[in-house]
Amino acid sequence: MSAPTTTSSRPRSSDVAAPPPARTKRRGRPGRLSRSWWGFLLLAAAALAFIIPLYMLVTTAFKTNAEIYAWPMRFFPSEFTWTNLRTAWEVAPFDAFIKNSVLVTLIGSVAKVILAVFTAYAFAFLPFPGKKGLFLVMLGALMVPGHVTLLVNYITIGNLGLINTYAGLILPGVASAFGTFLLRQHFMSLPPEVFEAAELDGAGHFRTLRSLVVPMSVPAIATVALVAVIDEWNSFVWPLIITNSVNMRTLPIGLMYLKANDGVTAWGVLMSGTLIVVLPMLLVFLFAQRYIVTGLTGAAAGGGR
Amino acid sequence: MTGLATSKAPATPRMSANYRKRHRRGVALFALFAFPNLALIGVFAYWPVLENLYLSLTRWDFIGPAPVFIGLENYVQLFTSDTFGDVLRITLIWVVVVVGVSLVLGIALASLFSMKLPGTTLVTGIVFAPHVIAGAAIAAVWLFIFDPNYGLARVFFNAVGLSSPSWITDAAWALPALLIVSIWKGVGFVSIVYLAGMQGMPSDVLEAARLDGASRWQLFRRIILPLLSPTTFFLVITQTIGAFQAFDVIAVMTGGGPASATTTLSWFIYDQAFNRSNVGYSAAAGTVMFVLLMAITILQFRFVERKVHY
Repeated sequence: MSAPTTTSSRPRSSDVAAPPPARTKRRGRPGRLSRSWWGFLLLAAAALAFIIPLYMLVTTAFKTNAEIYAWPMRFFPSEFTWTNLRTAWEVAPFDAFIKNSVLVTLIGSVAKVILAVFTAYAFAFLPFPGKKGLFLVMLGALMVPGHVTLLVNYITIGNLGLINTYAGLILPGVASAFGTFLLRQHFMSLPPEVFEAAELDGAGHFRTLRSLVVPMSVPAIATVALVAVIDEWNSFVWPLIITNSVNMRTLPIGLMYLKANDGVTAWGVLMSGTLIVVLPMLLVFLFAQRYIVTGLTGAAAGGGR
Repeated sequence: MTGLATSKAPATPRMSANYRKRHRRGVALFALFAFPNLALIGVFAYWPVLENLYLSLTRWDFIGPAPVFIGLENYVQLFTSDTFGDVLRITLIWVVVVVGVSLVLGIALASLFSMKLPGTTLVTGIVFAPHVIAGAAIAAVWLFIFDPNYGLARVFFNAVGLSSPSWITDAAWALPALLIVSIWKGVGFVSIVYLAGMQGMPSDVLEAARLDGASRWQLFRRIILPLLSPTTFFLVITQTIGAFQAFDVIAVMTGGGPASATTTLSWFIYDQAFNRSNVGYSAAAGTVMFVLLMAITILQFRFVERKVHY
């Protein structure tokens, strides 16, 4: 850090004529960090651009109205209050929202993962006439834009008499094409010797699936599961159209209800409600960032189906 | 998807009775394992496309006994109405700005991250985080930020001696506000995908270019950007498809308004069906979206085949 010149004390760099700044920055060696001050500056700016809105969310949720509605802005609150959260609970049935969101997320994700595991196993290891074609048909579903299916799915669920029910909320979302694809690719990369051994042992497909394939695929299954959890929890448009009573709403829709019923600018109340929606997924993200990033970057190809 | 499938494939055509029995069992098990999921995909992904196409040729309000066939009337009405022209114009602005800005900012962030400065891992996590947060929640936070009286945005306007616009209630500012939110939510994801692309690049090529005295800009323009073109195409396709269907941020922040200043195709489809019960009209707009997205997907795949081989 103390060396002000680019070539400092490293003998190697001296034989490269006039090193341009680019060369030193790319490596990030401690001795050369002084040259990267602007890199740190940009990094900090990027971090702040994403932290500050979240900071506003968290602080406003616990600020007093006196400090929320003050100008110049009280960026650092001096008082802490639970009032906003309590008011949010009075204005909107957050108990029901949370219960609905948790139920739909858990049941939906578990069902989705089970379907994906079984389908992937079938496509990887079981015979079926026209299997390859069927697989392509399944992948083709990834190209169908979800937004275009809303209207007909609403009618279908209506015909099944499931509007405003948990089954109606969950059912269309459990079909899994992307998860199946991801797991099938993974299953097929498992060493074939293992399966030969299992077959010699006389293990049936159920046992192979349960005691070999699944245990050997925990990270891949976890990825599919986490993506499903995030998708279900954050899901907005489907719960919006398929539920019609306040008590069946999930949290993201509850937020809209809160916004409509807390008075136009009760920011503290709205932010405390928002925090309830945000916090669980942020925690999940914190603890499983690696799986989520790989899963979501892959899932982008499939519109979350 | 090639033939190297599994160890269970028969090695020779000589099928023993035992093998045939096992094969039949396997076929039955395949049906048991895969059909529930495939049936759901059929009912909730493929059937809607067909039925939507049919509904687009009908008039219905959810309540009447059955949709009434009216031919192409909905399409004629769509393409002769000024409203739908505006919807398509707003959608085009939306998609081009969201995708364009996200990609440019995303690649800039990825370049920054690829310098591997201490703290980068933490910052990539922070930048990616909005991607796992519900769009409705992000919309609520930004509603507060855009509050003309008490929101954070006012600080920036006051700093340069201006008063804050009233953002979401102002027809001129509502769309920019939504664009900012949408980009803020999505750019971290783009940057992580780009970063993965950069980390997968052959380091000897970069090293060689550096030793040849390529400037930083030349390196980026002539080596890194072309090497990233498969990533760029992937992102353009997926981000475009995502931007077309953006909904929750619009629903929570503006509901397509003020007037129809933020009515994109996705809001229009929802609004026509579920607020106005114009089932056929909404279905026709849905078909327009389907055709547009299919065309983009196919065009881009073709383009990729020709262009990506640098």
